[in-house]
Amino acid sequence: MIALLLILTPLATGLLSILMTKGGFAKNFSLLASLVTLVIAIAAIQAPVAPAFDIVWLNNLGSRFTLKMDGMSKMLCLLTAVAFPIIFTSVYKNTYKNAASFFGLMLLTQAGLMGVFLAADALLFYFFWEFALIPVYFLCSIWGGEKRIAVTFKFFIYTFLGSLLMLAGILFIYFRTADHSFALQSFYHVNLSGKEQSLIFWLFFVAFAIKMPIFPFHTWQPDAYEQAPTATTMVLSGVMVKMGLYAVLRWLLPVFPLATAQFSNVIIILSVIGMIYASLIAIRQDDIKRLIAYSSIAHIGLMSAAIFSADKTALEGVMLQMFNHGINVIGLWIIADIIEQQLGTRKMSEMGGLAQKAPAMAILFVVMAFANVALPLTNAFIGEFLMFSGLFRVNMIIAAVAGVSIILAAVYTLNMVQKVIYGELGETAIKSTDIKLNVKLALVVIALAIIALGIYPQPMINLTNDSVVGLIIKK
Amino acid sequence: MNAIIFSAIMGVVMMFSGIITEKKSAISFVAVVALFILLAANIANTYGLCSISINTHDLLHFSKFGLYFNSILITAALIFVLLSGSAVEKVGNYAADYYALIFFVLCGTSILTSFNGLLMLFLGIEIMTIPLYILTGADKKNLKSNEASLKYFLMGSFSTGIMLMGIALVYGANGSFALTTPAAVPNSAGVIPVSFLLVGGYILLFVSMCFKVSAAPFHFWTPDVYDGAPTVFTAFMSTIVKAAGFFAFLVLFEANATLLGPSWKIMLTFVIIATLLIGNITAVFQQSVKRMLAYSSIAQAGFMLFALYTYNDLAKEGILLYAVAYCLATIGFFAVLVKVKDHSFDGFNGLAKAQPVLAFSAVVFLMSLAGIPLTAGFFAKYYMLAAVIKSGGSFWIVLVALVFAAISVYYYFKVIQAMYFKSGDPEIMEVSSGYKTAIVLVSLLVIAIGVLPSIVLNWFYF
Repeated sequence: MIALLLILTPLATGLLSILMTKGGFAKNFSLLASLVTLVIAIAAIQAPVAPAFDIVWLNNLGSRFTLKMDGMSKMLCLLTAVAFPIIFTSVYKNTYKNAASFFGLMLLTQAGLMGVFLAADALLFYFFWEFALIPVYFLCSIWGGEKRIAVTFKFFIYTFLGSLLMLAGILFIYFRTADHSFALQSFYHVNLSGKEQSLIFWLFFVAFAIKMPIFPFHTWQPDAYEQAPTATTMVLSGVMVKMGLYAVLRWLLPVFPLATAQFSNVIIILSVIGMIYASLIAIRQDDIKRLIAYSSIAHIGLMSAAIFSADKTALEGVMLQMFNHGINVIGLWIIADIIEQQLGTRKMSEMGGLAQKAPAMAILFVVMAFANVALPLTNAFIGEFLMFSGLFRVNMIIAAVAGVSIILAAVYTLNMVQKVIYGELGETAIKSTDIKLNVKLALVVIALAIIALGIYPQPMINLTNDSVVGLIIKK
Repeated sequence: MNAIIFSAIMGVVMMFSGIITEKKSAISFVAVVALFILLAANIANTYGLCSISINTHDLLHFSKFGLYFNSILITAALIFVLLSGSAVEKVGNYAADYYALIFFVLCGTSILTSFNGLLMLFLGIEIMTIPLYILTGADKKNLKSNEASLKYFLMGSFSTGIMLMGIALVYGANGSFALTTPAAVPNSAGVIPVSFLLVGGYILLFVSMCFKVSAAPFHFWTPDVYDGAPTVFTAFMSTIVKAAGFFAFLVLFEANATLLGPSWKIMLTFVIIATLLIGNITAVFQQSVKRMLAYSSIAQAGFMLFALYTYNDLAKEGILLYAVAYCLATIGFFAVLVKVKDHSFDGFNGLAKAQPVLAFSAVVFLMSLAGIPLTAGFFAKYYMLAAVIKSGGSFWIVLVALVFAAISVYYYFKVIQAMYFKSGDPEIMEVSSGYKTAIVLVSLLVIAIGVLPSIVLNWFYF
């Protein structure tokens, strides 16, 4: 029941919020709703028995409304639940036209995301997979930047095509299951020949790869991140890309063990190419939003490579890093949003000396930047270290090449910090002021999480232990 | 039998109602009442309560499937009249006659859902299409409507000719109008001879049925006719009539698909792919929403043809669900389109601000047509594709269909973009609050079926 509440709360409050007429009230209401969801999520994680929910849904199709919450689901539900209050707090002072609809659609997105992370039935999973996308489509197209319509459309069609391919794959497996059921367990026990696996594997993988996104399916991403309203970009890059990673772990590796073994090298190589490629582009960026977008591709590439290395340590790292990257990148987007609002530009060449005007922001920005480089004592260090050590054990050369991206990350991130907050006071920065209380609050929460999880990550690693062991045994 | 008799009677009643009263809204009200009676009569027939039965010497066969399908069509007609009654009244001065023609069309569809011989198929098709020629040209003073009517009439009679030729050949081979073919006797060498008359006849029937359901490459009449006809009648033609045509197509070839051997699947695959390709690709380039919908209806026909490709339980349930989903969404969206004066995409700019309720409903209908989950259209497409995979059909045809489904998102969402993301001042006719309520109810029904398709399918098994 508590698992169902995780979906129902944002769904119901989101619909209510859309129907409201007063934007200011809807904003407070949504913030409160997201906090309630957070409380429910914490309660669900602390529950002694793993929360689950099961009810008849499409009986003649063999699909049930089944929700299950294991360690990996807990981690991602926690991320989803934590992300939204932080995002709502950080944009509290922003003004949106038709704010009630904006916050309502954001909450609907949250409901969809929760559903994706909880569904233990393939058709239900597909439903939520699409359901999460539709509010985002409206959010980006209505409140986005100048080129929003075309860019969002590209994003939508891209992901929709991917999910249709996945649907074909789901259908194929469904007819092969012994009991004609969409249940996760039936999918895990399905017997497919090597040839079938290698076809259906790609149908699923393309859908997930577009969502993550990994090279060469990433072309929608920088544009979409740039054009989306920043609050939505935070959801997209903080939580939504984790849908792809989660889906690979939940629906791809255990269902197609043969194909995974066969193609893992190809995918690891693609991921590493993507990492280096995205890092190099990030170095050349002048637009701060695009820089963060490309940096995000690089980080996701590492996680994808670590997943397909199928090493226990690496998988532990991936699970941890899914959470860490989520909050870190949200922190970076908050900073980027503030900078854009204060300076009226996203071009780093026109910035400089912001530290003099906004010392508090500068300190928090540096913390986020260090986490982006994965320096020790930040949460990202633990995750990336685990992933690299796993990768290293599987293939030393690939690990070494991938390791270059850490150096490149340091180059572009520190370069960004330097251009934005140090140096002489730029023309654009003269009138800027320090961050407001709500933003400070959001950033401080993230910074504390970065440091706390950087020093003592063990509880988080324990959280997903069962999923990691489960995945290793399935192999 | 109830539906056939009652629809014919109601048609006559409607004609005379024009003499008794001049008030158009009263005539619409009579039509709604008559449709309710027709629906009740058909449902009573389905469950064997007070049904009229006449010995037709096996020319008609009332199966549960056919009767249920007919109920769906009558319900769709009811929703159509409830939503678009006011638009029917505005077409011209002869509202009573239009309704009479609509009831005659329903008489034709009732025959088509129960025919058991080629003669009845022919009668049903003719009774259904002849009133349509008139309805297409109902906007007498509009040149486009006249042109469409004439075009439809010429092409329609031509295809009827082909159908008659096919029936004649089949009759020549079988010596009867029965749908089933007597098993061929092997000749002295032990080989079952191929009857060229029979095969030729069925190929001609196939062609003419493809024409009626506007499957490529026999679709050329569709865009012009749908575009030229008064919008409200386009909604009627492209939904109820088309679905009935599909049902007839399905029944006609259920017993005879094997006659054509392996070439049946090849022929059908060609038609399906061509229909999906032409419908979807051409729709992308349209400037007018109405014309786009004409091509989209061709594309949807491509999906419905999968039921012929497979012929299993899932396909049967699928065609029911497809008929419901497609009729609801198309009738609903046309009800929005009727209210917008400029039928180009730009005419929809800013509709969300001017008419939020209409725009929201339109989004639901368009998403259903595109097959997005949580709407009825998703399960319609789902069943069709599942049927193909279940029947062991080639997997690649499913992938091709899905790629086209993704393309269809492009043109459906162009309307959503115009309504929500572009600003403009659309010219809208007056929309009453009752109209809004009705249209929202239809859109909620589309969502409800999208969440629980069993609300449509369970009735079938009761």
